[in-house]
Amino acid sequence: MHWEFVIPGYLIVFGSLATYVVLLLGRIRAMAQRVPENKRSFLE
Amino acid sequence: MGRAGLLADAALIFKKDLRIERSSKVVTVQVLPFAVMTLILFGFGISPDARVLLGSEESRTVLAQVTPGLIFIAVLFSALLALGRSFGVESSDGTLDGLRLAGLDPAGIFLGKAAAVMVQLAMVSAVVTGGAFLLFSVDVGWSPSRAVLLVTTVGAATTGIAAAGTLYGALAAGLRVRDTLVPLLVIPVLAPVLLGAGQAADAALFGAVADGWPWVGALALFALVYVGVGILSFESLLEDA
Amino acid sequence: MSALTNTLVGPSSSKVSRVVGIMAIIATVFMLLLALVWSPPEIDQADAVRLFYVHVPSAVIALYVAFTITLIGSIQYLRKRSVFWDLLAHASTEIGVLFCALVLVTGMLWGKPTWGVYWQWDPRLTSTTVTFVLYTGYLAIRRMDLDPAVRSKRAAILGIVSFANLIIVRYSVEWWRSIHQSATFGLDTQLDDLMLFTVFWAVVTFLLIFTWLLIHRFRLAWFEHQASTSSLDDAIAARRAERSHPPLAGESV
Repeated sequence: MHWEFVIPGYLIVFGSLATYVVLLLGRIRAMAQRVPENKRSFLE
Repeated sequence: MGRAGLLADAALIFKKDLRIERSSKVVTVQVLPFAVMTLILFGFGISPDARVLLGSEESRTVLAQVTPGLIFIAVLFSALLALGRSFGVESSDGTLDGLRLAGLDPAGIFLGKAAAVMVQLAMVSAVVTGGAFLLFSVDVGWSPSRAVLLVTTVGAATTGIAAAGTLYGALAAGLRVRDTLVPLLVIPVLAPVLLGAGQAADAALFGAVADGWPWVGALALFALVYVGVGILSFESLLEDA
Repeated sequence: MSALTNTLVGPSSSKVSRVVGIMAIIATVFMLLLALVWSPPEIDQADAVRLFYVHVPSAVIALYVAFTITLIGSIQYLRKRSVFWDLLAHASTEIGVLFCALVLVTGMLWGKPTWGVYWQWDPRLTSTTVTFVLYTGYLAIRRMDLDPAVRSKRAAILGIVSFANLIIVRYSVEWWRSIHQSATFGLDTQLDDLMLFTVFWAVVTFLLIFTWLLIHRFRLAWFEHQASTSSLDDAIAARRAERSHPPLAGESV
């Protein structure tokens, strides 16, 4: 009972997280291009 | 800088802001009519004829019933305009920098500006409260204890709004989007003030007076916290405004 | 601190984040089985209780973990003026706001079958909504076109004050609602051992997901910081080097 609320809930939660991950990785990849190789590491 | 210097600087800024207001009359001629108009709009939005039943025979108009909340919503919206004005007069010619160059204590600048906003808001609150009583036909069995609670509530609420608002106004100072950013920042912060002031005013108008005082205590605590935070943080905020 | 920075973005970063990522995926699969298949429905709420297993961990992550990291990062930035803490606070807030939104959506979806309405002015949902807007304001400040040092300082002050606000909002809303005697979300829920374990496992899973997201959001913030601060000359030199010949390993560009 109440699966009609449970399933959309799980779809929204994991769908949002997956979308965020994809967008995040895309942004990281795009940004990395603009940073010279020797400056990408956090430690000097 | 000593405490005398702080208070003297605060008084200087306070007088400056009120003098600007006396000559420009922006709050009096623009914010105040806006606040009154808000009350009229509440009347349009909430049918003036709708009534709530109190027990079996008594009833009260919905507008009168929700007056405590409406008063502070109107004050909150007016406060946003007053805050915009308070920082508008500073950012136009880089006067915040000028004030710092003049050697004024940043904490004093904060206290002075907050006090000026508070006085203007208290004036707006008085008009809004009176207007709400008049327009919404609020019938209250007045007693001195009710009046004292209501006045204290307005005082504590406006102090909290002015202190928090001045702090957040400074956070957004010098930004092109200040006018839209300040409401976003400040409304969630002031939500507890609206809650507390609404409850306290409700107790003052319709409920048991004793139920209102704990909320006034919470409002006072809120005001105290923000006055403290403002005093502590204004120096680093102004360094680069 | 170097161990910590090493974990977040260091030479070993990709290895660490990959391990965290794989652990998060495995934990998620296990969590979904526990939450949707293995655990029983609750007596009163039936299967709606399954929304708990995503709602509770989202709330734990957003309100207790993410915004606490924002607070710590903000304090540390004001004390040390180090880029690390500044970027960490920013990264953590963005993910916290995302989880905050998930708390609200799952809370409302739980409310409809349980209360009969999506929104019932539940104290925790209400204060979470205000908190959500509060930290949206923090993210708005971070987007402002300001001198980076000025922006970081203002954001740090905001990060500290916002946390104080989170507490004020929470207590005042709870006090306000306590007058009206409303049942708080899940207070009277009966959970057996397997359900409690599912909640626990879900929190662990979400912590892993949060850690992975934080590492990557931090990496993005770091790249943005590097891109804006590395001088134009460097960039031009790098482009030229790329064009004339592919840079050799170990060659200084």
